[in-house]
Amino acid sequence: MSVSGKSVLKRLDWFSVLIYISLVFIGWVNIYSSTFTEDNPSIFNFASLHGKQLFFIGTSAVSIIIILALEANFYERFSSLFYIISIVLLLGLFVFGKTIAGATSWYDLGFFNLQPSEFAKVATALALAKYLSDIQTDIKRQKDQMISILIILIPAFLIIPQPDPGSALVFFALIFVIFREGLPLYYLGIGFMVILIFILTLMFGTIWITIILGLLLALFLLLKKPSFKVPIIPVALIYVVIILFSLSVNFVFNSVFEQRHRDRFSLWLRLEKDPKKLEEIRKTIGYNTYQSEKAIESGGKYGKGFLEGTRTKGDFVPEQHTDYIFSTVGEEWGFIGTATVVILFTALLLRLVYLSERQKNAFSRMYGYGVISILFVHYFINIGMVTGVLPTIGIPLPFFSYGGSGLLFFTALLFIFLKLDANRLNELT
Amino acid sequence: MRKILLSSIILLVGITFIGRLSYLQIFSFSPNQILEDPAIKAVYDYPERGYIYDRNGELLVANQPAYDVMVIPREVKPLDTLEFCNLLGIDKDRFVSQLKKARVYSPRLPSVLVPQLSKEDYGRLQEKMRRFEGFYIQKRSLRYYDTNSGANVLGYISEVNEWDLERNPSYAAGELKGTTGIEKEYETILRGRKGVKWIQKDRFNRDIGPYKDGALDTLPEQGKQITVTIDKILQEYGEKLMIGKHGGIVALEPASGEILALISGPSYDPALLVGRERSKNYSKLHYDTISKPTFDRSILASQSPGSPFKTLNALVALQEGAITPETTIHCYNGFYVGKRKRGCHCGGGTRNLNSGIYLSCNAYFAGAFRKIYDQFPTSAEGMDVWEKHIKSFGLGTFLGYDLPTGRPGRIPNKEYYNRIYGENRWSSSTIISNSIGQGEVEVTPIQLANMTAAIANRGHYFTPHVLKKIGADDISIPEFTEAKHTTIDKKYFEPVVQGMAEVYKKGTARWLQIEGIEIAGKTGTVENFTRINGVRTQLTDNSVFVAFAPVNNPKIAIAVYIENGYFGSRYAGHIASLMIEKYLKGEITRVDLEKRMLEKTLEEEYAKPYSGQPFKINERVW
Repeated sequence: MSVSGKSVLKRLDWFSVLIYISLVFIGWVNIYSSTFTEDNPSIFNFASLHGKQLFFIGTSAVSIIIILALEANFYERFSSLFYIISIVLLLGLFVFGKTIAGATSWYDLGFFNLQPSEFAKVATALALAKYLSDIQTDIKRQKDQMISILIILIPAFLIIPQPDPGSALVFFALIFVIFREGLPLYYLGIGFMVILIFILTLMFGTIWITIILGLLLALFLLLKKPSFKVPIIPVALIYVVIILFSLSVNFVFNSVFEQRHRDRFSLWLRLEKDPKKLEEIRKTIGYNTYQSEKAIESGGKYGKGFLEGTRTKGDFVPEQHTDYIFSTVGEEWGFIGTATVVILFTALLLRLVYLSERQKNAFSRMYGYGVISILFVHYFINIGMVTGVLPTIGIPLPFFSYGGSGLLFFTALLFIFLKLDANRLNELT
Repeated sequence: MRKILLSSIILLVGITFIGRLSYLQIFSFSPNQILEDPAIKAVYDYPERGYIYDRNGELLVANQPAYDVMVIPREVKPLDTLEFCNLLGIDKDRFVSQLKKARVYSPRLPSVLVPQLSKEDYGRLQEKMRRFEGFYIQKRSLRYYDTNSGANVLGYISEVNEWDLERNPSYAAGELKGTTGIEKEYETILRGRKGVKWIQKDRFNRDIGPYKDGALDTLPEQGKQITVTIDKILQEYGEKLMIGKHGGIVALEPASGEILALISGPSYDPALLVGRERSKNYSKLHYDTISKPTFDRSILASQSPGSPFKTLNALVALQEGAITPETTIHCYNGFYVGKRKRGCHCGGGTRNLNSGIYLSCNAYFAGAFRKIYDQFPTSAEGMDVWEKHIKSFGLGTFLGYDLPTGRPGRIPNKEYYNRIYGENRWSSSTIISNSIGQGEVEVTPIQLANMTAAIANRGHYFTPHVLKKIGADDISIPEFTEAKHTTIDKKYFEPVVQGMAEVYKKGTARWLQIEGIEIAGKTGTVENFTRINGVRTQLTDNSVFVAFAPVNNPKIAIAVYIENGYFGSRYAGHIASLMIEKYLKGEITRVDLEKRMLEKTLEEEYAKPYSGQPFKINERVW
């Protein structure tokens, strides 16, 4: 134990650890600022949110020690068990769940509310890695493709009815892992096309898509080499399918979506041109985004300074210490602050890609990709939402947002991988 | 490919975010953050507007509190509307509509329900106010006038409009600013600077304390009081004399150019434009197109000067050597321009400079005017010289006094006549009317007074001005404290002044002599015309008078211009004489004269052109 502990510290990727510590620290400073009141300035007041977060950081530190101390193959060995436990916990929510802010996502443990969906993210990443790295699994086989996708979908579908579509969405990101291991890329291509046509239909309408696509096809037929034979029937079929899909988008958008969904999209894609209605949307569904964008904008290049954010102090941005914590960075630390955070995340993610790629052990590599996918999708959706480039989907910023379960399991997610990485040389012997 | 896909996406997303953030924080960032920030509210602290005192330290303009009844619609509880309306002095319909307006504006922010209650109304209302929830009284400062005259020269203040807001960032909507007169001219001094407190708000618009602990707050800077050159007593007296007459009186102190009185008749009580009745009163004044009380005739009415202008022609003739005081010219009860005879009221006979002035002989000055032009090979050259001399008295220019409005009058030049008659197609005879102050020359009363002051000073004048002191400091504005010299040598003034003094002794104003004061003056009786249904119609002559006194070491120079007052000695001469006596002696000895001036009005005369009937002009009334 003592020998392995020493070697773990020596082989630990300190670059990632340093970024982790920076993010947690910056996050806490901003939580302190956004929950700060004049009459409650003490850092160690555990009744305050920033005090609680400090406690969670301590807890996470302890969990890091435990994670690093455990045998590396413990995680691989027990990954199926973790997965089953997480599914049970998610099912249990339907009976014992505690409802906070309309979502039945928590277990009340008295001193602490446990959010099993956070645990499920770690467990699913482990389980997926385990299944894919199994010698008997061949990702080229359709059956195995389906099973691996099912591993992702089961927890996701258990989380959707909580309702917490944001967290459910995170699981889909794990598809990246399957891609990395050989799921044909046209899955990704089709997915991308579907999203693109969806957006283009909303922005320009089916008629324009039909016309433009038709013109492009005509242009292609005119300019192509005479020798090139065009497979007429499949091309025509794709064309028709696209138009039909585009029509169905209109139907879904207008008849299946509720008004609030439509408003989110029209806000995101700037579809609403009528200034009166825009004002209305800003006050209702778009309030959060509008306020957070304005708070970030008002920070300028250098920000207003620590504890000087007027919009933060005035509580203009809802949920600022959780999902919208990044707007505090924007207001108080300006572009310097926001760019730093983006760079830190980018650096961490790229570093993890590098670490994953150097794993000799397939399980470690796939789990690494699972970690990257989960962290990336959180970071992407959260900052995208807060800065107004993506529609509102409520998920936290890893290591940053206030929340015990979140911090604890993001920490576990990362450090299990770092433990595996530190152990990679032992695998050979 | 699969290996770099994820890295590429991560990088791409990072770059997108940096791009988006730089767009938000660098390109969209507006430096006026503090004003646009919904979390920061500016609370302004308005300084009191500076008082205005007259030259003797008498208060002219001060401030008075006014009380606006404010309402916060959503805090209004059911109330006894009838009683409340009675207290406010408004009817129920108005109350309901005002309340509705306020609610439309904002249910939770205060709006004005009834503006500017008087002190008395406020007293009655104050005790009962707390029974009416959602209403409260807010104090604000309005102008208070300790005089009922000087409305035009003092000016008024009014709410800033869109145009002001756009041009001047120091104004905010709803603030008051000087709009005319002294209030406008010295706005920045009187106004002071408002203080601002920045308050941090939360999203419910509640105050949560000072922003940055008040580090950016500023204290209001009090408006400075100013002392103006107006003599309150003289101003009030002059306006009293002007009741029922249209015209202007301007009195100057020749030694300094200070404006002692700037009177436009008819005038109005400046208090009319303060308080609840303001807009009603303003409309009434503004739409009175016959007497035009808001039109400051003393500085805006550009008209023929008439005979007082002869004094300048005399000076030019002397300066150019065209005449000497001894030169005589014969008057045939008029003079000839070609074959046409132009009349003269002087009685006929041989005139020299002295009698020419005191009898106001047209023939003499027509002759003198011709002699000026005869000195030069062409009329155009003569015109240049004449124009230069005349303009050196401040005519034909805006003069540069410190009031926000004015007219330059008109001193024609050769280009002017070339345009009308063609080059070399006019001569001194063509423009002979200018010799007696008719024709193309036009002046405003203040220019007439300034010209008189220049004669009183024997060759120089100080730009007329109304500002005497800012706070306790005398002004030291070179524009007002440095003498402007005319182009006429000092020695030529004495014979002209002599003639003007004789006007009071044996001339056209001999009835108006004041016991113990030697006055120099000049009458003017100005033909004038109007158009009635497109027909050029002559009206009763304008009565004009300029004077200064005492002849040696003059204390006051005055110009009086009374529209359709007939002879110069009649209305204008009387008023000038009374004004001089009032100023120099402090009281009036000739009570009958004063009584006549106070009682006589020219309303009948002014009604004639509007009667639609044929009418007589220049009727003898007394």
